[in-house]
Amino acid sequence: MRPLPELTAENTAFWTGGARGQLMIAFCDHCQNAIHPPQVICPACQSRHVGPRAVEGSGTIYTYTVNHQPWMPGMVVPFAIAVVDVDGARGVRVTAPVTGCEADAVKIGQRVRIAFEPSGEVWLPLWMPLERTAA
Amino acid sequence: MKAAITGTGMSDIGRNTGRPAILHLADAADRALARAGLTLADIDGICTYPGKADNSPGMSPLGTGEVRNALGLQTRWHAAVPDGPAQMAPIMAAAMAVMTGQARHVLCFRALTESSSQSAGRRASIPGAGRAEIGGWLSWLVPVGAMSASNWAGWMATRYFHEFGMTREHLGLVALAERQFAQMNPAAVMQKPLTMDDYLAARMISTPLGLFDCDIPIDGAAVVIVSAGDAAKDCRLPPLRIEALGSALRSQETWDQRADLTTMGAHDAAADLWARTAFKPADVDVLGLYDGFSIFVPLWLEALGFCGHGEAKDFIAEGNIAHGGRFPVNTGGGQMSGGRLHGFGLLHETCLQLWGHAGARQVADAKTALCAMGGGFIAGAMLINRD
Repeated sequence: MRPLPELTAENTAFWTGGARGQLMIAFCDHCQNAIHPPQVICPACQSRHVGPRAVEGSGTIYTYTVNHQPWMPGMVVPFAIAVVDVDGARGVRVTAPVTGCEADAVKIGQRVRIAFEPSGEVWLPLWMPLERTAA
Repeated sequence: MKAAITGTGMSDIGRNTGRPAILHLADAADRALARAGLTLADIDGICTYPGKADNSPGMSPLGTGEVRNALGLQTRWHAAVPDGPAQMAPIMAAAMAVMTGQARHVLCFRALTESSSQSAGRRASIPGAGRAEIGGWLSWLVPVGAMSASNWAGWMATRYFHEFGMTREHLGLVALAERQFAQMNPAAVMQKPLTMDDYLAARMISTPLGLFDCDIPIDGAAVVIVSAGDAAKDCRLPPLRIEALGSALRSQETWDQRADLTTMGAHDAAADLWARTAFKPADVDVLGLYDGFSIFVPLWLEALGFCGHGEAKDFIAEGNIAHGGRFPVNTGGGQMSGGRLHGFGLLHETCLQLWGHAGARQVADAKTALCAMGGGFIAGAMLINRD
């Protein structure tokens, strides 16, 4: 069993949004800056008016790796982990395992959509390939 | 002269030694003191990275307390620096300590017993393993399956390959160069020849990084003595003047949010280093570059301006970093063939080169060395020079 994230005031929206199928990203209400990992202060304008908003839940794979090493007993390998540029949240990437395709089919530029799986109190993100692939 | 390195020492490095960490440390300290011509009574400061840490077995079994107790040190200054410019942090802190008169001779150390810990069935290289919850920057990696630094380095390498046409063979040249150096260094753990076929046939760890792209967990310790400029003149060997330090960091504390993941904190720290000195890359005779994973070597080369962005694959293919090259890197075998002493082994080796103590792998008349530690957002670099 891999460790789960410690829930904090900053990150609870992100880790529990999956219960509603929503990818929750922190935004500054003052300057509209997207902030990830989430904080309660906007690093761009220092506003304290920051809160989570649901984004579309789609994105484009910026990079990835296919993990082949079973780091813990029972870990099923190989699996791909993708670092995804999130639509509607400029500069934000969400890293998560890829599901719904073979690990070696994952490509940079591939369009993906968020999914979630529950684990303890949190909902862990997964990326699923969409048909359309960016250039 | 403001601050200088006056002695370094490394214990015998081994795999699954079963020896207590403090014995490795004491051996390294004896050797460093002998080189410097100092005794324990001269040591009035102590510093380490990261300090005693039990969250990852064998990763840091000793803090300053254990070492002070065992060596019977009476210090005027002590600190552990877990949250600084990589494994270079204690060297930098010690330099600042001697420059502000807090101490005259600071014993900086790094000790690891990861090999014994892994052999005991408690895998060391997975942060937070065995814990139910994890916080901080690791909480954005480990819970989503990116448990190992090889995953984080792997996705940086994937992007770099995509943008610049690097291939596994280019990284293989880094591993082969280090192995060739290791075969000239009796202290290195890996002594068998390594061919490109061996490299390419090894099992994959996290694409595009295979087994020989990863450094090797070991048991051992290294000590680096940082002395005040006036005190350094009394030591046995020529002092290695700390010419410049670089530790700038312009991006967040993450492995995935930096806008351009074909660069890393190294690029910020390296730019800062060159802004603080009249030396140029062409003045450097020998380098120690952090090689927890092979991909860090080309990234550091580019960060430090030894070649342009995207040019490291050609720079490496031209033989620059290998034995006999213009800018030999990790001449002791590095961490991938010498063993993972978290940067301290690389610094020890560059110091040996400047003192002319590097045996069969000696770079002729080496006077100026660059040592750079860290990967991802963690980075610290240092330029050292002797007269």
